[in-house]
Amino acid sequence: MTKLSLKVNGEAVQAEIEDRTTLGDFLREGLNLTGTHLGCEHGVCGACTVLVDEEPVRACITLAASVAGREVRTIEGFAEDPAMAVIRECFSEAHGLQCGFCTPGMAITVSDLLKRGKCADAAQIRTELSGNLCRCTGYQGIVEAVELAREKLNA
Amino acid sequence: MKAAKLTYHKATSIEHALELVGRYDGAGKLMAGGQSLVPMMNLRMTAAEHLIDISGLSALRESAWKDEAFFLGSGVTHSMIEDGKVEDPARGYLRHVAAGIAYRSVRNRGTVGGSLAHADPAADWPAALLALDAAIVIQGPKGERRMPLAQFQRGLMETALGEGELLKGVLVPRLSEKARWAYLKFTRKVGEFAHSIAAVVVDPAAGISNVVLGAVGGKPLRLNGVSTSLSPREIESDLKAADLDGSSYECQVHKTMITRALAKALQ
Repeated sequence: MTKLSLKVNGEAVQAEIEDRTTLGDFLREGLNLTGTHLGCEHGVCGACTVLVDEEPVRACITLAASVAGREVRTIEGFAEDPAMAVIRECFSEAHGLQCGFCTPGMAITVSDLLKRGKCADAAQIRTELSGNLCRCTGYQGIVEAVELAREKLNA
Repeated sequence: MKAAKLTYHKATSIEHALELVGRYDGAGKLMAGGQSLVPMMNLRMTAAEHLIDISGLSALRESAWKDEAFFLGSGVTHSMIEDGKVEDPARGYLRHVAAGIAYRSVRNRGTVGGSLAHADPAADWPAALLALDAAIVIQGPKGERRMPLAQFQRGLMETALGEGELLKGVLVPRLSEKARWAYLKFTRKVGEFAHSIAAVVVDPAAGISNVVLGAVGGKPLRLNGVSTSLSPREIESDLKAADLDGSSYECQVHKTMITRALAKALQ
């Protein structure tokens, strides 16, 4: 067991965890933040994407112990985020989701790519989203949602 | 899809990491970004009784010119190179390679040293840096040693790193204005492990003329004939010398990638 202290969605968190616990399992089972979805659990699908110190990482292949002292932001931490509000709207408007399983990871990845300005055209958006798998939409709606968000946010 | 039980150790300095590696002799495993190691542990393809986390060591992210070569700390992440936060002595080559590794969320944690030490035959840095004639800096309990990268990777996920040692960084030569390079990958999906990697670096001023094939056999392969002649005509004999079946689908892909990379570098 390892003692862990870090910040999650702005709040200080302390816990005792099993050493092998991934950040994804810690968030879901330790903190009940179930917005972070675990799909493949080996770094392929991107559903578990969260921010560590404002940079996207895969919570399923990041050990919780290795982000001690750092700041984690999950999809729940975006509730009041103005850019995320626009992204959410655009996903709804452009049919960027169907079952919604990939959506939290997708939305966090989108917020990051818009922030970095990696959204010049559909091809670049597709490249940037290549690490997030969606098995429902065929991606067209997602790409349109990102283009819509880019216009609305002037990213 | 959970890793087997392990004991986690957070290294607080390079010396501390070496001390831990020495203490758990054989049962300790170093983890940098963990972007290959943790998936493999989750899939139970590997296990670490004692996991020694070196991802927090800022000393391993230090980079600086050392004489004529640029020392790139092993803990530098792919994103740091992609974003130009670390100098690129190879005129955009390192940045290009970094930006093409897996996905942004992986690049934010994955490191150059981790990739080299993990030594996956289809990984990017082993092939890319071999083509650049890079050298390796290894830190052990008795001090530092260096070796050409060409001698570092011995085979499939096997390197010259001995017990009690860690990869401190890599020395990258400075490319001149006249340098030409190309780095091409064949993937069916952006970000997946490549089915073929062709790396070409030619710089007469630095004495570099390398054509390297990655994602082939156990480790990246320098194509000696093509490297000297810079002509795709030598591909067949180079592949034959490496005991590869030239008529196979894989070799057809490799030939195409090398031909394209040569054309791109030398155009």
